[in-house]
Amino acid sequence: MLYYTLKRLGLAGLVALTVSFISFGLLYLSSDPAIAMAGETAADADIEAIRQLYGFDRPILVQYFDWLQRAASGDLGKSYYFRTDVSALIGERLPTTMTLGLCAITFAIVLSVPLGVAAAIRPNSFIDRVALFLSVMGQALPSFWFALMLIVFLSVSLRLLPVSGSDTWLHFVMPTIVLGYYAAPAIMRLTRTGMLEVLSTDYIRTARAKGLRPPVVLFKHALRNAIIPVVSLAAVQFGFMLGGSIVVETIFALHGAGFLAWESITRNDLPTVQGLILVFSLFYIVLTFIADLINAWLDPRIRIK
Amino acid sequence: MTIEPSSTTPKSSSVYTRFVGHQGVMVGAFIVLSIFVLALFAPILAPHDPYNQDLLARLIPPVWDSRGSWEHIFGTDHLGRDYLSRLIYGARISLLIGFGAAIISGLIGTIMGVMAGYFGGRVDMVVTFLITVRLSMPVVLVALAVVAIVGGSLQVVVMVLGLLLWDRFAVVMRTSTLQIRSMDYVAASQAVGCSTPRILMTEIMPNVVNNLIVIATLEMAHAIILEAALSFLGLGVQPPLPSWGLMVSEGKDMMLFEPWLITIPGVALFLLVLAINLMGDGVRDITAPENRN
Amino acid sequence: MSENVLDVKNLSIEIPVAGGMLRAVDSISLHVEKGETLCIVGESGCGKSLTSLAIMDLLPKKAIRKVEEMTLGEMNILNFSEKQMSDVRGNKMGMIFQEPMSSLNPSFTVENQMLETLSRHRAIVGAEAKALVIQMLEKVGIIPAVKRLRQYPHQLSGGLRQRVMIAMTLLCEPQLIIADEPTTALDVTIQAQILKLMKNLQNDFDVGLIFITHDLGVVANIADRVAVMYAGQIVEEGSVFEIFDNPSHPYTRGLLSCIPVPGKIKRGEPLGSIPGMVPSLVGDFSGCRFSGRWSGDDEQKKNSNINLVAIDNEENAFKVQGSESHFVRFCCNECLEKSYNSKQRKAS
Repeated sequence: MLYYTLKRLGLAGLVALTVSFISFGLLYLSSDPAIAMAGETAADADIEAIRQLYGFDRPILVQYFDWLQRAASGDLGKSYYFRTDVSALIGERLPTTMTLGLCAITFAIVLSVPLGVAAAIRPNSFIDRVALFLSVMGQALPSFWFALMLIVFLSVSLRLLPVSGSDTWLHFVMPTIVLGYYAAPAIMRLTRTGMLEVLSTDYIRTARAKGLRPPVVLFKHALRNAIIPVVSLAAVQFGFMLGGSIVVETIFALHGAGFLAWESITRNDLPTVQGLILVFSLFYIVLTFIADLINAWLDPRIRIK
Repeated sequence: MTIEPSSTTPKSSSVYTRFVGHQGVMVGAFIVLSIFVLALFAPILAPHDPYNQDLLARLIPPVWDSRGSWEHIFGTDHLGRDYLSRLIYGARISLLIGFGAAIISGLIGTIMGVMAGYFGGRVDMVVTFLITVRLSMPVVLVALAVVAIVGGSLQVVVMVLGLLLWDRFAVVMRTSTLQIRSMDYVAASQAVGCSTPRILMTEIMPNVVNNLIVIATLEMAHAIILEAALSFLGLGVQPPLPSWGLMVSEGKDMMLFEPWLITIPGVALFLLVLAINLMGDGVRDITAPENRN
Repeated sequence: MSENVLDVKNLSIEIPVAGGMLRAVDSISLHVEKGETLCIVGESGCGKSLTSLAIMDLLPKKAIRKVEEMTLGEMNILNFSEKQMSDVRGNKMGMIFQEPMSSLNPSFTVENQMLETLSRHRAIVGAEAKALVIQMLEKVGIIPAVKRLRQYPHQLSGGLRQRVMIAMTLLCEPQLIIADEPTTALDVTIQAQILKLMKNLQNDFDVGLIFITHDLGVVANIADRVAVMYAGQIVEEGSVFEIFDNPSHPYTRGLLSCIPVPGKIKRGEPLGSIPGMVPSLVGDFSGCRFSGRWSGDDEQKKNSNINLVAIDNEENAFKVQGSESHFVRFCCNECLEKSYNSKQRKAS
């Protein structure tokens, strides 16, 4: 287990390093970061001054290692637009996004795992068809449009929920639904196939031959094995959700990191965008790392070599 | 709408009859084909010029509304442009994005995946690593950032999505190739001295092509949704192009008074993506039901 | 006959497949006495595994079971509900499967999987249960048992896993154990150990054992009585000596001729085989199940030393003269005519 953890940790570190390089390199997609910073209309002298000040005239690798060194100590630079520390800016917005993400993934799991299990117990039954129908529908629904339709129906027509903002828990209901439904179909399908597969294994037959009651067979023997891949998927989906929060937060004017991303992208605030990509990626890497550890813990075949 | 479950399809019948007998595929194919025809013959089929503004005829509701008329079946937008014509031309954008992005990402992903699966070892390690790196980057954020830096246009959006969405191709192609690679007939080809490119083309590719088609359809749908989202956020296809995502975005300010402004392009988007997904799921059910999940 | 732990009359199993109903098992009857080992022998697909699952009531959902009579000890389990059957399974009768590698749940320890049987049927938990489990593991030759308790199936070898399965099945001291090819997946040396173990345990526990196999060597080793199955029917039934000394059905004789006997076969001589294929049993199958499978021997050398006595009310079913326990059944007249001339057959 220790060896596995260390190996996995090394991989995560390498991935993080590569991601940091890519998000740093993004800055150089634009022709000249100094111009981007100073604005198209700035005087040549000003641009040159900025270039000197920020060190854009040095070789790119030198700049990268310099940036990496500061990033590692938590300094992601200064926002062009907000004129404050990027790390502070992100730190201030992240709790909202995390709350939203946690709510959404919980919503997705609570909705899809029981549905997937029920569908697997009786394949081709009514409930299986309902589950399949919902998942096919869910995958085709563009989240921004779904969000707008929810606003029209739940907020405006029925006046049940506030349209936008992040003041009360009610403000989180619609964003949670929109963000959560997107992950639900995949989790539901994986639970269903996983359960179907496990239910046809020899050890389930053994469990039944031992005379165990159906709930024990189902929830102890089957679900325990079927849930292992679902854990990984849920972690991946959680990571995707944080990245996808940009659409939802923009529509519902939820002032989280996603909203910040949109603000800084439309304002060409590259250090903030860079910082956000890095933070979201790191988050995903940490999540999948934790998911792998949970997997290993759940599956004795990995845990005990 | 009903979706035919895979297990009721008899395994013994020919692929052709299974395709025809599969309701999901048939419904999906019908919708996709219809939209494709609309897009192809847009100049003939569209009743009006999609870019022609008529400020006197702004925000006319669709024909089913009491204020609507047959002149503009789906009404007009805030600049007085015919909504139906914009919708029909918009299908061109969505399909172009879908095909374009799927082709680019399919090429990248297939090459990487097949290489990793066939050669294994170091190549596999590198590809697997690249997949992990790619997966850990937030797609929407990166796409938005790149489009914002480079500037939004149809070509840029196709390129960016194509360069971002290859991960699933690579993952699936890698596993499929790994499976095929361990088959005896591949070993037999190697034993009789077939060259590697020849084995890849004659033994590996024909056997992974089913999976490739499935992933390509699903990624097409994915790309279409992403383009719509980017355009909705104002960082995708730029006005006055009639992207469906852009139409929703332009209509959202008035959605409380004229909800059809977002309903119509939204439903179109939903139908197209649904139909493509139905086709993809159906092809998988028919050719490899065991891969379903 | 009150000593019978299991009595099954006219068991049929049908499975819907593309093109009709597959009659996988066709009205077979069998019984097992207390302390007796009944071997069911036959080739793959003859219906022997389905028969065992049907007795446990663990058939796949789509399979249709028809049976006239089914008693376990004193209990008529024919119309038992699923709930009643689950009280019986693992308690009054247990089953050991072919694949020790996949028959134990990979996510739980040996201890966990054994304890749950005890708590389910005997309501024994805690230290008492653990002591019983250890005792049982030691009985199946897992010594020291304590070390194995905390291990997971993947940490055990195939032979050990099958021992655990056996111990688990014996925990509630059932009346009947069904073993479906329990040694097929094991190495030959381990096979012999497990067979010996099962034989000893059967004596100790005085349990009825149905042992399903395709290996006649195993049959000779462990069986008291043998039922030979072919294409969904029991074609011959008798004590192990009767079957090996006096095989009366051409299929049994074919099977026996396939065993290479060291010393008897010569170098270069082909091993015995039964020609042809089992017919498809889909739909209303009424033809001869054995057509195309005759070896030249059968038709020329009829069983000259065996005489048959017809059994009342059963078409083409006979008792071998001079034995009370040796039966043979033919699927059709043609088979019968080819194997025995009319002089050898008597009415009862």
